[in-house]
Amino acid sequence: MLTDNAPKGDGKGAIVVVDYGMGNLRSVWQALVHVADGREVLVSADPAVVSAAERVVFPGQGAMPDCMREIEARGLRAAVLEAAGNKPFLGICIGQQMLFEHSEEGDVPGLGVFAGKVRRFPAERMLDAAGNRLKVPHMGWNQVRQVRGHPLWKGIANDQRFYFVHSYFVAPTDDACIVGSTDYGLPFTSAVARDNIFAIQCHPEKSALAGLAMLANFVVWKP
Amino acid sequence: MGLAKRIIPCLDVTAGRVVKGTNFVDLRDAGDPVEIARRYDEQGADEVTFLDITASSDQRDIILHIVEACAAQVFIPLTVGGGVRSVADVRRLLNAGADKVSMNTAAVENPDLVAEASAKVGNQCIVVAIDAKQSAPGVWQVFTHGGRRNTGIDAVAWARRVQQLGAGEILLTSMDRDGTRNGFDLPLTRAVSDAVDLPVIASGGVGNLEHLAAGIAEGRADAVLAASIFHFGEYTVRQAKAYLRERGIEVRL
Repeated sequence: MLTDNAPKGDGKGAIVVVDYGMGNLRSVWQALVHVADGREVLVSADPAVVSAAERVVFPGQGAMPDCMREIEARGLRAAVLEAAGNKPFLGICIGQQMLFEHSEEGDVPGLGVFAGKVRRFPAERMLDAAGNRLKVPHMGWNQVRQVRGHPLWKGIANDQRFYFVHSYFVAPTDDACIVGSTDYGLPFTSAVARDNIFAIQCHPEKSALAGLAMLANFVVWKP
Repeated sequence: MGLAKRIIPCLDVTAGRVVKGTNFVDLRDAGDPVEIARRYDEQGADEVTFLDITASSDQRDIILHIVEACAAQVFIPLTVGGGVRSVADVRRLLNAGADKVSMNTAAVENPDLVAEASAKVGNQCIVVAIDAKQSAPGVWQVFTHGGRRNTGIDAVAWARRVQQLGAGEILLTSMDRDGTRNGFDLPLTRAVSDAVDLPVIASGGVGNLEHLAAGIAEGRADAVLAASIFHFGEYTVRQAKAYLRERGIEVRL
């Protein structure tokens, strides 16, 4: 609905951005079109289109309880889980958080693709190295430490800055899925990956050249 | 290592062009908004803000086309403000490609709008702009209608209130300093920044790079917004960042 002029199609062979009515998908769509080198990029709320996609982008903004409710209301759960199981899959921001089992935000269950919880930045620990208070939401450009190598990091410097805006972060049960880490009052997991899934807390679509490089890596990724 | 302080060039837009004046008069044409936004992106701006200063409502839709064109070419956050009166206005701007929408007069007249918009689109999209003017030492009042109307509301109390209502960020402009090039109102900036947990963008009065550093170091702003020092080529955003880094402030370079 925030992408009225995005093209429509059946999704076959396309990069499909999952639309469940939350947040500004237009930015994600625009940035993907910019790097897709002519490949079809669709925005769709139709489970059949998501199922037919070659690769899937799962974005998100706002509050996780609202996002989960909309996923269910639109009948998208099965299509999203199926895509996360078998095709190149990119989670962004709340789209990363929803892949976990449970969120402190609204005390809601997530999709459970990764074991672990989504936690809020703890107010009492939000101080920088000099003892200054850190604001929440964590908003702006922060560094992503590449904890493990991954094809989506190709051409992107370690500790590169990306644009973040969030108050919650993922805490995986199993460290093996952690590929990116960021410091804000405490070190938190900013990117996870497993098999065909890569998911990141920041917004590559708003992270200038570094973000476009990551999206360009995703559209050709063959996990 | 940690979160960088942001530099945000602000573009006043009317009739499809960027203009810059002093205290809303003597407007000078500064160029095409999309071209300027792209130049700032190339210089390393952390975000760009468009302020629609169009007086007549029949020209409002022009800003939507500018936002659309900008969003197709500039991949950093874009905030748009000016004349936002309803959730429908917020949606239209986000739909055109804005990442955040800033509201000022409408928020004061109808605080529920902040709560409603925030609930609908997420607080990360909602910026409340506060235009404040000093009324006594250490006391500032909120002005609306482009600085023409004194609401009598205490600016620090209003900042706390909009945080409760669900704002995601505060854009704080000193009416006393705006257009003077004498630097930010540092006591105002600090008072608001210390009063809320939200990020605060300092605005109004930047005349040189030292002012940007002071806004962050003394004003405790999370981001600094400036217009004229960048529009007319006095400094590039990159020069501003290099200066801040020399002063020990963490920036994205």
